[in-house]
Amino acid sequence: MNEIPLSHILFVSTGLFFIGMYGLFTRRNMITMLMAIELMLNSVNINFVAFNKYLYPEKLDGIFFTIFIITIAAAEAAVAIAIVIHLYRNHKSIDVEDAAEMKW
Amino acid sequence: MQQELLLTVIIFILLFLKLGADNIDSKKLMTLVNVLLAINLAAGFFFNQSGSLFGDMFYTDHLLRLEKSILNLGVLIISLQSVNWLSKHQHAVEFYLLMLSTLLGMYFMISSHNILMFYVGLELASIPLAAMANFDLDKKRSSEAAMKYIMSSAFASGLLLFGISIMYGVTGTLSYEGLREVASDSPLFLFSFILLIAGFGFKISAVPFHLWTADVYEGSPIAVTSYMSVISKGSMIFVMASVLFHVFDKIFFTWYNLLAVLAVLSMIIGNLFALRQQNLKRFLAFSSISQVGFILIGMTSANPQGATSVIYFVLIYIFSNLAAFGVLSLVSTEKGKETIDEFKGFYKTNPALTWILAIALFSLAGIPPTAGFFGKFFLILAGASKNNYVLITIAALNMVISMYYYLRIIKAMFMDANDNPIEKVEISLSPKIAFVTCVAGIVITGLVSGVYDYIFSLVR
Repeated sequence: MNEIPLSHILFVSTGLFFIGMYGLFTRRNMITMLMAIELMLNSVNINFVAFNKYLYPEKLDGIFFTIFIITIAAAEAAVAIAIVIHLYRNHKSIDVEDAAEMKW
Repeated sequence: MQQELLLTVIIFILLFLKLGADNIDSKKLMTLVNVLLAINLAAGFFFNQSGSLFGDMFYTDHLLRLEKSILNLGVLIISLQSVNWLSKHQHAVEFYLLMLSTLLGMYFMISSHNILMFYVGLELASIPLAAMANFDLDKKRSSEAAMKYIMSSAFASGLLLFGISIMYGVTGTLSYEGLREVASDSPLFLFSFILLIAGFGFKISAVPFHLWTADVYEGSPIAVTSYMSVISKGSMIFVMASVLFHVFDKIFFTWYNLLAVLAVLSMIIGNLFALRQQNLKRFLAFSSISQVGFILIGMTSANPQGATSVIYFVLIYIFSNLAAFGVLSLVSTEKGKETIDEFKGFYKTNPALTWILAIALFSLAGIPPTAGFFGKFFLILAGASKNNYVLITIAALNMVISMYYYLRIIKAMFMDANDNPIEKVEISLSPKIAFVTCVAGIVITGLVSGVYDYIFSLVR
């Protein structure tokens, strides 16, 4: 069976990145927005692993970077969810439209 | 490396203090932390090693040590100023834990010699900052600000990472030295470079990446606002200058145009929005956006004078902005007032604080005897070395606009009548030390030419 070409994988990851961006801009629920951000970060992970495997298999830079991104994304999600929970206690809502006291 | 180790030791001392004792006297704690921070600042001048560590991931030299010491000074001033606010707060230790971990992240970011190290430092510097923005636990605005900050910083780091991954795909290397050799103006590399600049732009809040700034600055507690606008922004400017000057110097013409556009937009939009603000925190947010525009002008020069002027201006900016935020912090903590109208007639009741705020605003506006004038003068002089006089003219015109809104506050404080001005605010010892440091810094840094010469002698 033939190997999947690199361009296919890059199509997937780029698509995933922009789906994440679209989700971040259109969704109004904070948890969903966080999920959209995770999509963006995961598309970057795919990029790194694919580049490492196809183009530079002699060094492991890309794999290392992926491990760090996964770890940091987990930390970021933890802090973000804590903030959203706190926001829910204050506002009784996790819709971003309701958290709009400050404008301009 | 010693500076990082010392800071880690301080973080652990505070952590064990928190774990060991149930209820700590907050006054004593403040004194302890401030002494520790002062030791941290003083010790920074005694370490003189330079070199690289961890397989060339971490690099330090005299200039980077000086940049870290500048940040230490800023943190010490902020800590002294926020004593009044923190001693009422029940989570003072946690505040310092978060603040010092972001400072540690900034150290790693400044010293990074590899994009992986840079990214880890960047996230260590920005995630705890979001938790700090939420520190007024019972205020709605505070948690709203924290939410806005973490969403936009996560989005910004997403863009940055996408740029880095493409850069890795094109070049196959992540170290600064490797990137320097292979940097080219092939379209894919430029695309990744622009995404990288977008990531930088978010952190220094240059227009068009500034949309989070005003809301986050207004909602956060003032200590956190001043930390964000001075320390977080300053560290990112240091990193940006060293990365652009030493890693991407081969594609100078690309980033020259990028930075020129960012600078013009930041100055104009920052100024125009600052004109219509009533809340002083929000006002200082927009004024800091326009200051970033001036810093970017200095950065476009890409020569040692430019690097020196940027670092010199950040030092002055720390003094002047922290003096302004310090006055605001005192008044807002004691009396809860922070709009320009409420500051009318401030001179009648608080002459000392009025003078401090006035000197700080003069320095931000760039009026001669203060250091701000010299800072902006050197920035624009450095920018003029590329003979792009259109850019310099726009910068000069923007300085005139900015003069208007800084003077508006001074006029409100000194001249406007007010039936019930803000009552007299007591200044306790630690904010007093901070104010004396700031005002002395504003006056002396400009007049003593040794400061500029010293920085210039360290710039590679």
